[in-house]
Amino acid sequence: MGQLFLGLINGSFYAVLSLGLAVIFGLLNIINFAHGALYMMGAFIGWMLLNYAGIGYWPALILSPLIVGGFGILLERTMLSRLYHLDHLYGLLLTFGLALIIQGLFRNYYGISGMSYQIPAALSGGQNLGFMFLPNYRAWVVLASVVVCFGTWFMIERTRLGAYLRAATENPVLVGAFGINVPLMITLTYGFGVALAAFAGVLAAPIYSVNPNMGADLIIVVFAVVVIGGMGSIMGAILTGFGLGLVEGLARVFYPEGSAVVIFVIMAIVLMIKPEGLFGRAV
Amino acid sequence: MIKRLATCTTALALIAGAPTLALADIDVKLGVLNDRSGVYADIAGEGSVIAARMAVEDFDAAGKGLNVEVISADHQNKPDVGSNIVRQWLDQEGVTAIVDVPTSSVALAVAQIVADANKIFLASGPGSTALTREQCAPTTIHWTYDTAALANGTGKAVTDAGGKKWFFLTADYAFGHSLEENTTKVVEANGGEVVGSVNVPFPATDFSSFLLQAQGSGADVIGLANAGGDTINAIKQAAEFGVTQAGQKLAGLLIFINDVHALGPQTAQGLQLTSAFYWDTDDATRAWTERFEKERGAKPSMITAGVYSSVLHYLAAVEATGSTDGDKVAAWMKANPFEDALLGKGYVRGDGRGIHDMYLYEVKSPDESTGEWDLFKKISTIPGEEAFLPMLPECDFTKS
Repeated sequence: MGQLFLGLINGSFYAVLSLGLAVIFGLLNIINFAHGALYMMGAFIGWMLLNYAGIGYWPALILSPLIVGGFGILLERTMLSRLYHLDHLYGLLLTFGLALIIQGLFRNYYGISGMSYQIPAALSGGQNLGFMFLPNYRAWVVLASVVVCFGTWFMIERTRLGAYLRAATENPVLVGAFGINVPLMITLTYGFGVALAAFAGVLAAPIYSVNPNMGADLIIVVFAVVVIGGMGSIMGAILTGFGLGLVEGLARVFYPEGSAVVIFVIMAIVLMIKPEGLFGRAV
Repeated sequence: MIKRLATCTTALALIAGAPTLALADIDVKLGVLNDRSGVYADIAGEGSVIAARMAVEDFDAAGKGLNVEVISADHQNKPDVGSNIVRQWLDQEGVTAIVDVPTSSVALAVAQIVADANKIFLASGPGSTALTREQCAPTTIHWTYDTAALANGTGKAVTDAGGKKWFFLTADYAFGHSLEENTTKVVEANGGEVVGSVNVPFPATDFSSFLLQAQGSGADVIGLANAGGDTINAIKQAAEFGVTQAGQKLAGLLIFINDVHALGPQTAQGLQLTSAFYWDTDDATRAWTERFEKERGAKPSMITAGVYSSVLHYLAAVEATGSTDGDKVAAWMKANPFEDALLGKGYVRGDGRGIHDMYLYEVKSPDESTGEWDLFKKISTIPGEEAFLPMLPECDFTKS
């Protein structure tokens, strides 16, 4: 029971990260390999805000995604927007290169051991649930992730703005003809997807060591989550994120040695049986 | 008169400079192979390269007729990557000694290749005792520490202090298994028992479910048979899950100063650890550290100190034997004791195990710590003969 709950906590990181990837892929057709690096940047900017400017956790939870989102918009405007007419592979290579550069820069200045970021006072301590000790902070992580995930899903699938976005990816010329600024929408979507990564980064900062490799360790798993869920499927990314967190949690109890590969085994099986992913549309 | 003086001077110069002249033009190439970008990059990485260069400088290699070059590469903690680099270095680039190599799985792969090429392996970074036991090789010099020394330090201290029931979180590769095995022996020899263990994939970020298993095991002590970033995350999350408040003790079996620095004294206080070196020991270590820090921007770990110390002894061996031949140099290194500013006095045993004192430290509390890097206080000294395992007769290469 306790283990399942822990799986859910890890799943919430997978969900928020894969959601950002799914939004970016679904609406921009860019395979954003820089996502892990931007997640790491989110955590680092949270740490910098605290150590250089004395700004605490709660403002950082808003500020850091805004700053990293702004950085994402800059990347999209100056580089990514030139690649939309090319094959997916070009976007992948560009973002992969960017990820290496960002990680390299942080590694150069901050080393690899990482920085310590304390859990905010309001969320320190924990509850004894009988079957396990639940740190308050982890409960908050699950809550915040669920709210953000379903908020995003609702915005894209159920609001007028979301409808514009989806229409713009189907047929940008037609949507543009209705007087909607499609390039601006695309830019903001990338910024939003990146901000989600930074948000997950700030959430992770007090739990994991804030270090330049934290994103690189996670990004491969998150990509597997997106593939299993179905590339570009918002709900798929969310449900698979939480679901695979659970599966991984179980593997850690019953066969810990295999817990690092279980997600990839599932990915291989899903790709064989249903290549478009569990929630993806066949193409 | 002038002519006679000149003759005398020449003769004197010949006598004084005899070994130097005899050794002129010896090319020495040190290949520092370690993790330069992953979890062990801060404890070894570029720091080891700087330490090797400092050793070359302090030895006055150029003045003694040794033409020394230091090169480096990243093995990414992968045995296949490490092996390929070492083969290329030995076969094509004329490297005469492989230096450092943290990550035991890589070190074990490298040791055999170096032995086949009859060069020297100065192993400062790896921990597995297999390097001087099951897989001992005549040219392997295992310098700084090993998992048995860690077990004899931290493992024994924690068991003696009343931690009788142990549960291990073990990094699932050669080093973690070796550390768990050595510590289990020490725990059992001191009246304790091991109630369980879990093999954690390496490297890992989330330890919560493993910590939960440890909590449920009823153990007094959770032994962390891992290193670097894994240890940092495990300790951080143990604090979060209230492991220590619930009465269990954490025993980090291999903790470096850089790990404690990353955790901060608030989280790490009270942890006991075994080390061969601490920068704030005496004037000599402080002076060396100051020079090192100017280049590196951080304090040296014991691995870094070990690289410096081992390279000094190696260069002395090359100078004395006038050769870079692995067997000759290894025999000299084993026949002659060493003494330097960082690890103090010691010697190399027939199996290649470097024997020197180890120290048990405790992490200071935030109140005791007066600076960012003022982190350890010494609890006790473990004499070299007690710290390391006895030599296996079949691994005594001075006999064969």
